[in-house]
Amino acid sequence: MKRREPLSNTQLLMTIAIGIFVAMYGAAMAFLGGGFLRFQQVFDLLNDNAYLIIISCALTIVMIGGGINISVGGVISLTVMACALYLNGTGIENSFLSITVTLLLALGIGLAFGIGQGFLVSYLEIQPFIVTLAGMFLSRGLTTILSVNPVKVTHEGFQALVKTKIQIPFLGYVAQNGNQIPAKLEIGAVVAIAVVVLSYLLLRFVKLGRNIYALGGNQQSALMLGINVRRTRFMSYVLSGLLSGLAGFVFLMHKPAGNSSVAMRSEMDAIAASIIGGTLLTGGVGNVIGAFFGAMILATIQKIIALSPLNESWWQEMASGVLLGFFIILQSVVLSSREKRRARKSAAGGVRKE
Amino acid sequence: MQNDAVLTMRGISKTFPGTRALDRVDFTLRRGEIHALMGENGAGKSTLIKVLTGVYEKDGGSIWVDGTEGEAHIHSPQDAQQIGISTVYQEITLCPNLTVAENMFIGRSEGAVVRWKDYEKKATAILKNLGIPARARQELSSCSLAVQQMVAIARAVDMNCKVLILDEPTSSLDDKEVEMLFSLMRDLKSRGVGIIFVTHFLEQVYEVSDRITVLRNGQLVGEFAVEDLPQVELVAKMMGKNLNDLEDMQLAGQKHEAGEEVIYQAEGLSSSDSRPFDFQIRKGEVNGFTGLLGSGRSESVRAIFGADRVTGGKVRVRGKETRITKPHDAMKAGIGYLPEDRKKDGIIADLSVRENIILAMQVMKGFFHPMSRAQMEAFADEYINALSIKTASRETPVGSLSGGNQQKVILARWLLTHPDYLILDEPTRGIDVGTKLEIQKLVLRLAAEENMSITFISSEIEEMLRTCSRLIVMRDRNIVGELTGDQLTQAQVMKTIAGGEQGV
Repeated sequence: MKRREPLSNTQLLMTIAIGIFVAMYGAAMAFLGGGFLRFQQVFDLLNDNAYLIIISCALTIVMIGGGINISVGGVISLTVMACALYLNGTGIENSFLSITVTLLLALGIGLAFGIGQGFLVSYLEIQPFIVTLAGMFLSRGLTTILSVNPVKVTHEGFQALVKTKIQIPFLGYVAQNGNQIPAKLEIGAVVAIAVVVLSYLLLRFVKLGRNIYALGGNQQSALMLGINVRRTRFMSYVLSGLLSGLAGFVFLMHKPAGNSSVAMRSEMDAIAASIIGGTLLTGGVGNVIGAFFGAMILATIQKIIALSPLNESWWQEMASGVLLGFFIILQSVVLSSREKRRARKSAAGGVRKE
Repeated sequence: MQNDAVLTMRGISKTFPGTRALDRVDFTLRRGEIHALMGENGAGKSTLIKVLTGVYEKDGGSIWVDGTEGEAHIHSPQDAQQIGISTVYQEITLCPNLTVAENMFIGRSEGAVVRWKDYEKKATAILKNLGIPARARQELSSCSLAVQQMVAIARAVDMNCKVLILDEPTSSLDDKEVEMLFSLMRDLKSRGVGIIFVTHFLEQVYEVSDRITVLRNGQLVGEFAVEDLPQVELVAKMMGKNLNDLEDMQLAGQKHEAGEEVIYQAEGLSSSDSRPFDFQIRKGEVNGFTGLLGSGRSESVRAIFGADRVTGGKVRVRGKETRITKPHDAMKAGIGYLPEDRKKDGIIADLSVRENIILAMQVMKGFFHPMSRAQMEAFADEYINALSIKTASRETPVGSLSGGNQQKVILARWLLTHPDYLILDEPTRGIDVGTKLEIQKLVLRLAAEENMSITFISSEIEEMLRTCSRLIVMRDRNIVGELTGDQLTQAQVMKTIAGGEQGV
């Protein structure tokens, strides 16, 4: 029989995040009732926050590698604006084709940022915070250059895509007038979940993913173990850039309008989601499943406050801030008590042997 | 060339700006031997190792490795690994956040997908084969340092290495763990692996090696079979001088008489990490705490200095009751402490030699009474000369100095404050033999000439016997004996540590 290993730090922190999410959602069901009793609520959280889930994965990947990327929000706004302008001005009749081109445009913008930032961080060894700060300013600036005024998507094919929803009747509910209303899930939410699953598989089973963990665990060691540290770091930024572009497209599918303040400060939410999900800023520890639940926790807080009498934006920010603080304290307490226990165990073992 | 040689290096040279690090050095490693590479700091050991592992490019000379046609061309650590040269460094070069199995295979497996089952099966087999007490699925950070080191060795062995370089592998291990490592080394040797063993511990060389190559100042002194080279001669060859120095000191250590005045006295002193203990030291006395790793010797002196949270007990300094709860209190009372972990608690690597030296003095004076630049420079120069600290200038960042010189800088820092009582916790760890002797002599001189009271802690018992006139022996966090005078012999110390009758 296989002996069960104790949870790794990554798994432990993720488990805590899931536990908190379940507890919080349970409490909302019990005390607020209403929408929280319907399954649609979960779907709404996913629909509204699909882009946040995607960039949380992007941040988690970079942070596991010991880096940071604060340009993701800016890249979303640039992508959304560029795609909106393209859709409104496209000459392509076939709407499937024009939407495909739009998607490629979104991914291309993300990829370009990923490659550029990855090159600066990995090969020129510039601090990632500085590089991506520059990327953030650049992308926000470019968004405004593209259009100072908000741009609403008028492309019919895309509007149809926006309205397309996956309907799941058995998770629905019966309205007061007796009509059966099915639960609705947007395409973006499905994409977000696919991203979580694929990122998880990448980090767990693909060599690149494991190399990212090794890099974050100890860069010098990773080098000595024969890992191409520069390429690994470069790839982590390319992936995060690509995911930001995808997040921009998903955002547009949810709210089909470009605006220079789109996804403002969403990079901070994504960092918070990653940390709540158990990613350590020091690198080497983290998990996209945790980040998914981290994003869902933030989304749930937002929802709870929107439904409560305290519906003001600062309450939501305060609650998120308090929760983030609480989480970081909890993590450090859990990890340090673990260290102590281990140290004590090994010390005790040493004494006994003598 | 000998047929059983797995590695032959001939006429290796390497020059750095200003220094000739290696001057036509030869080195031969045979199949199934443990070959110690010895030399003081700066002798060229690490340069030779780095040339061999591809970290540095050699300027001249040739390397042949068994199984490789013609001369071996090594330009990167990867090249070295490919032709069968693996290195296990002093600092663990594995990733603490990955599992044992993954650490053994990452960076060298085929294909883009990780086959966990495969990894774990193979790793379990290797661990079992080599008798390493670790589980494949365990996170590396949950293993002891010794086991982590063994995992690194297991990785090297599984890569079919012919030459295994162990660079100071034992410096952070306790005796038990060293024994485990040695039996693994002997096992590998019997499998035909050639092992290059770099260490500062002379006893360990004699315990495990077959052959010794000595370097000095970048040149080859010679290659010797262990049985032909007594320990004393080895030291002499490494230092390039005769050993009268050593003998002189032994006498000096026993000759020196301590004064009568009790400088420091503790009754039932305890801290968050140490049990209550009584202790006193007289003026001009050199004493030592000894015991195995984890016996509480460092924790006790940390309590004296207030470095850990003090939880109880009475302290008298020069007969006057004094409260010492934090290092600053201790410094005001005239106590200096040179910590065990100089990287963590001691030096500030990015500051210059000068800034590091005047640090404690500045703290004593308070930050609102800055010293003049000229004054600081004068102090720094004085101690750079007095302790013969080898540094490019007084403004060189301390981090770029060698370990021994860093230690001297910290020593200078405390000497500058002229403490009455100086605690030196492992001041000679990881330092070459020459500097070790210098520090030992300095300790004796400070006690004799300046009447300084000194507590000296070292893992090497000989060193303590040479310097201390009184030894406090600790076991399992309790003081179990005090040895003075004729009792100061290695046998008696061992017996007391092990729990034999004392004072017989």
